[in-house]
Amino acid sequence: MRTDLLSDPIAGLDEALAVADAFDDVLVAGLLRPQKIVGLTELAEALAGSPLASRVAEAAEKTAAGAAGEDHFVSLAAARTAVFGSVHDAVLARLAEATGRPWEEEEAVRRVSASDLPNLLAAARSWLSDLARAGWQGIDHDLISASAPTISALLAEPSLRRLAVLLDGFAAELAASCPGAALERVPVRRWGDLWSRGMLLTLPSATPALGTVTGRLLPLGVDLLEHSTAAQAQVHAVFEPEDGSTPRLVRASVTVPKPDTVIGAGIWQLLRPRLSLLTAIGEGRSMELTEMPVTAEGDLLWQDGHARLGEPADAFSTARVALPKAAMPSVAPLDRHPVRIAVPVFLEGYGIEGEEDALTFTFAGNHLAVETDRIPAAGPLTPKAVASSSACIGLIRWDGGFRLQPLAVETTVRKKTTAVHAGAWAGGTTDKAGVKAEKAATDAAAVLRERAGRLLRK
Amino acid sequence: MSDWERASTARVLPPARPRKLAKVPYVELADGRVQGVVSSGSDIGRVYVSSVAASTYEFACSTNNNRPCGGARGMFCNHILALLNESTIQYGAERVARYLRVEPPEPTAQAISQTMGATRPSQGDNTAAASVFSQFLRHLAYLEFEASTAPVPELHWFPPTRAVG
Repeated sequence: MRTDLLSDPIAGLDEALAVADAFDDVLVAGLLRPQKIVGLTELAEALAGSPLASRVAEAAEKTAAGAAGEDHFVSLAAARTAVFGSVHDAVLARLAEATGRPWEEEEAVRRVSASDLPNLLAAARSWLSDLARAGWQGIDHDLISASAPTISALLAEPSLRRLAVLLDGFAAELAASCPGAALERVPVRRWGDLWSRGMLLTLPSATPALGTVTGRLLPLGVDLLEHSTAAQAQVHAVFEPEDGSTPRLVRASVTVPKPDTVIGAGIWQLLRPRLSLLTAIGEGRSMELTEMPVTAEGDLLWQDGHARLGEPADAFSTARVALPKAAMPSVAPLDRHPVRIAVPVFLEGYGIEGEEDALTFTFAGNHLAVETDRIPAAGPLTPKAVASSSACIGLIRWDGGFRLQPLAVETTVRKKTTAVHAGAWAGGTTDKAGVKAEKAATDAAAVLRERAGRLLRK
Repeated sequence: MSDWERASTARVLPPARPRKLAKVPYVELADGRVQGVVSSGSDIGRVYVSSVAASTYEFACSTNNNRPCGGARGMFCNHILALLNESTIQYGAERVARYLRVEPPEPTAQAISQTMGATRPSQGDNTAAASVFSQFLRHLAYLEFEASTAPVPELHWFPPTRAVG
């Protein structure tokens, strides 16, 4: 791992981000009668050499004149997405160089499928368009709560889970930020991201090519993602094909909507039954996969029937031996946004600087910020353990700069090197604090289920 | 522009804190009120819908069948006190006080209740009860959704945070 490359500037990055920032500033006051139209013209100019050029130019012009319709907003969202696509590609290319890992060839076969629920998607697009017209400073309770029926309907439709989960998390943030006129500061890039991703998810989407894989799965760690009403566990692993071909990095994830009072260990309890891999990780085991479905992007579409428990497999051995040779999967064009970059790495021999909530690993003069804030509360890994670690499995992420999200560390406990994993409790635990957290979560879920049984559908 | 404003993963909402749900299964800061659902101590089939408004501290409490609460005559009933107490556990007393626009002498549920009570707030009607109760049912419906293993890359915008707001 050449950590020095992570602090070198990336050519063209600042220019691309400046275009996005200027457009995001237009969204603050809204697209109904935009005052600062420079953000629109700069976006159109940035896309001038692309296949989107004429559509974006028209959208920018109509929007600047206060005469834009939904299709124009879709074009602007697509343009902003394309700018972040270029940022993603530049950042990921730098990471590939730094890790020295091979890339997988892009498989071009994609099928665009029309949704059989066009009205629901149109309702979502209509609300997102109203939101863009109002701008972040124009949001109020009526506008945000108007999304509730659409989001409930989307959640009930498993094929639209991506849009549902996105809008649900987005709407909760907006609701807590009302009225927009009183906001002291606005998370402009974040809300610009969520808005444009939401807009694009209301369009017919390209589904990735599917294949199957047979071989051995060696887990590296678990990444937990959550907002108040949804959670996802994503396992990063090295997959070794049975036929002896190049090992590759893959992911297996499980996502579930949840009540906002189900938190901590309660989240693992909701996710656990659907992904046997979480139990395997808790036991420190590999899994043998037989014809497991997988996307061209390296996402396993997990089905327990295609997996069985394998031999014990230590994640740090996997990270030291198998990870350096594993190929990085390609990324679907519409998913190219820097926020989804999560490249597994193994680091050791670093120095440690800073407090537990602002840690930095140092490598011969180079610094890598460590995001201890992302470590899930329901697990044995703590910022303190990271601050005294000697080796680390983590995900390199990018949000304005490279940073490390720790998934597991080796640290010395009573003169013995011990591995501590963020996702150690995912499959269940016998740890004293963990058992207590599990019990509290079980009780909370039992109360909600009892109340639901008594009060729902009456 | 600060880093926070230019961050895709800027944290906007503080994480919820764990609490026991038996007495108050639901509480939210919404529609300009601290509002929620309180289980009846005597009848397991009955719940109370209770609320306190920001600024005016106007309060209301009735059953899910829209019968008035016997305790809420001229002052906060025990359901409302329980609701306020649980809201400070879930959201933190500072955030609840800020939302209600109360300036209690100390950031506790008791101080918040007493400060509001001392202004002799008026009792509102129960018109909001139906919408609060339907919010609660919507909340319970989240238990019914199945987990799925299809990729949802959108959740990368929502990392967990340990920071307690």
